[in-house]
Amino acid sequence: MDASAHSATDTHAKSMTGADIVVSCLNEEKVKFVFGYPGGAVLHIYDALYKQNGFKHILVRHEQAAVHAADAYSRATGDVGVALVTSGPGATNAVTGIATAYMDSIPLVVISGQVPVPAIGMDAFQEVDMVGVTRPCVKHNFLVKHVKDIAPTIKKAFFIAKTGRPGPVVVDIPKDITAHVADFIYPKTVEMRSYNPILKGHSGQIKKAVKLLLSAKRPMIYTGGGLVLGNGAAELVKLAKALNFPVTNTLMGLGGYPATDKQFVGMLGMHGTYEANMAMQHCDVLLAVGARFDDRVIGNPKHFGGQKRTIIHIDVDPSSISKRVKVDVPIVGDVQSVLSDMNEILAQEENQTTDTADWWSQINEWRGIQSLDYVYSDSVIKPQYVVQKLWEVTKGEAYVTSDVGQHQMWAAQYYKFDKPRRWINSGGLGTMGVGLPYAMGCQFADKHAQVACITGEGSIQMNIQELSTCAQYGLPIKVILLNNRYLGMVRQWQEFFYENRYSESYMDSLPDFVKLAESYGHVGMRITNPADVEGALKEAFDRKDKFVFMDFLTDQTENVFPMVENGKGLSEMVLSPNTASRLKGEE
Amino acid sequence: MRHIISLLMENEAGALSRVAGLFSARGYNIESLTVAVTEDPTLSRMTIVTTGSDDVIEQIIKQLNKLIDVVKVLDLNDGKHIERELMLVKVKATGVFKDEMKRMCDIFRGRIIDVADNSYTIELTGSCSKLDAFIEAIDRSAILETVRTGASGIGRGDRILKV
Repeated sequence: MDASAHSATDTHAKSMTGADIVVSCLNEEKVKFVFGYPGGAVLHIYDALYKQNGFKHILVRHEQAAVHAADAYSRATGDVGVALVTSGPGATNAVTGIATAYMDSIPLVVISGQVPVPAIGMDAFQEVDMVGVTRPCVKHNFLVKHVKDIAPTIKKAFFIAKTGRPGPVVVDIPKDITAHVADFIYPKTVEMRSYNPILKGHSGQIKKAVKLLLSAKRPMIYTGGGLVLGNGAAELVKLAKALNFPVTNTLMGLGGYPATDKQFVGMLGMHGTYEANMAMQHCDVLLAVGARFDDRVIGNPKHFGGQKRTIIHIDVDPSSISKRVKVDVPIVGDVQSVLSDMNEILAQEENQTTDTADWWSQINEWRGIQSLDYVYSDSVIKPQYVVQKLWEVTKGEAYVTSDVGQHQMWAAQYYKFDKPRRWINSGGLGTMGVGLPYAMGCQFADKHAQVACITGEGSIQMNIQELSTCAQYGLPIKVILLNNRYLGMVRQWQEFFYENRYSESYMDSLPDFVKLAESYGHVGMRITNPADVEGALKEAFDRKDKFVFMDFLTDQTENVFPMVENGKGLSEMVLSPNTASRLKGEE
Repeated sequence: MRHIISLLMENEAGALSRVAGLFSARGYNIESLTVAVTEDPTLSRMTIVTTGSDDVIEQIIKQLNKLIDVVKVLDLNDGKHIERELMLVKVKATGVFKDEMKRMCDIFRGRIIDVADNSYTIELTGSCSKLDAFIEAIDRSAILETVRTGASGIGRGDRILKV
């Protein structure tokens, strides 16, 4: 291990315990926050962090929330998120957070305590094989067995987490190792013969791609989470503007292109807009950037492949290319670097655009269908209306986190994200319970920012204990609970596909969320009247220093539209009854 | 189609489980997997025999390359290569089988490496299909026990997998 990690030139190495080395490494990495929860195996580390004042430790109420908060901190800032948990149950509690980050390619370093080396394999108290448990849901993991390996391992962990396609890295450290003493030398660089991500795109492929884009009659740009994580949004905007091409974002990619721009056709996929899905299906040249054609995005791959189109795919991860859909021009590289090269090549072209007038008039016709239209009611609060008003009240500037379900889709459809790293949700794993810890991570990332957590009464209860953490650190988060007393997305599928048999999707015995929030010292509000929605949101966001829990009682029967049903093609959307009947009337 | 994939990886604890875990998690087939340290003690060499369509094999190679510990991956089927597998077979060596087994062993260029009162243990090396052919050729009722190593593969001539 130390053979491949270059030693620092510093000859005044200080002798210290493994625990102090862990803490010093985190400070060398300029970590600002460590989200964690103490326990037996990490007591030495907790003692060491007590004695330092580099990073701040944030005490959560459950290890899952520690990892989610670190994950959101990373999504909001672009820095590596750090979590610290104890062995056994602390480690297994962290696994959902790690898997969530893995699916969305979020760079994390998770340090877990382990039983002392001689106790490993003895079924010791609070022992679990953390390296084995997390192997399928980490980018990489390490078990450190010697105190001298701590520093080079943590250096590698940060390097692996943030380079290439980012992801979580677990460093499992036995307790006795943190008590042993070694000289502390933090390696300045890392070199690994087995790990060299490709950053620069192949110039021939890039030239070919630009030529193809300029030959397109019906072009389309489709970007995902990779564009946001790879900080490529500015270059993409430049390219899309120069070409005047339509742009769609995946759920993970929202904010990668400004949603209020006229070239933006909305999110695509299972609950994408009509125009985005139709344009995706019918385009002749598709530029995919940091996206992976997943099942929720393109629907049935056979149906998608049934339409002929030329696909250019930029991704830092070669294994994401031609995985679900065969690609014509693969470009492996860092999205920012490749897009910047594309912009340069485009600038040298004689004709820097292509005639897309017919294509745009077709798209505008699709747009005219207004697939996100819904019927406002003055007697019951429509969830879509709450999100629209939230966007207005926060002027589109808030960090918005969501949990998983209907409210997540409405948040994605109706909050117009103009900037990257503002929309924080669990797209890949679809983890209920991320919303509140995600909001915590965002608020630590930017303490003056407006942070809204759009959630449901099912999801919020999966990490409701974090109301206590929010109180401890005075986080002025605004929880926007769209409370329909149902596990809404489950109910919607049961309505559509199980003949209204609402098996276990109704939630009885909900707490009084207002009183619950108040019991932690927060402000609680219950809003039942549509006329009060805007005023209540304004009042909540005016309370800049308070955590406000807003319980919106919403329409229990509202469904998310459009919808591409499981196994169906992207252009086979079911429109809302309202849209469908309006179209019928127009015929 | 059957492919033989060779790879070099860091000789570290858990490296084998990362490869095996990848195959099971993504539903890829493993017909055999052999691994041992190379002349460079920091490196392990692994040979994996798998089956799949071209698309699946392409994904397998990419996913193997994505593992942090994997240094190099080579699909031996991309060029000329040799594969060898070792099999030990314990067979009955009583009555008619006594001569029969000796003769079959000679035909397949095997060696009898252990002789007991009632049995021979035969060592046989060759391609997987040669070993299969031997099993097919002898009387099934004579087989007491078999153990196979799985294939090891290497490129012919200048095709070298090295760091």
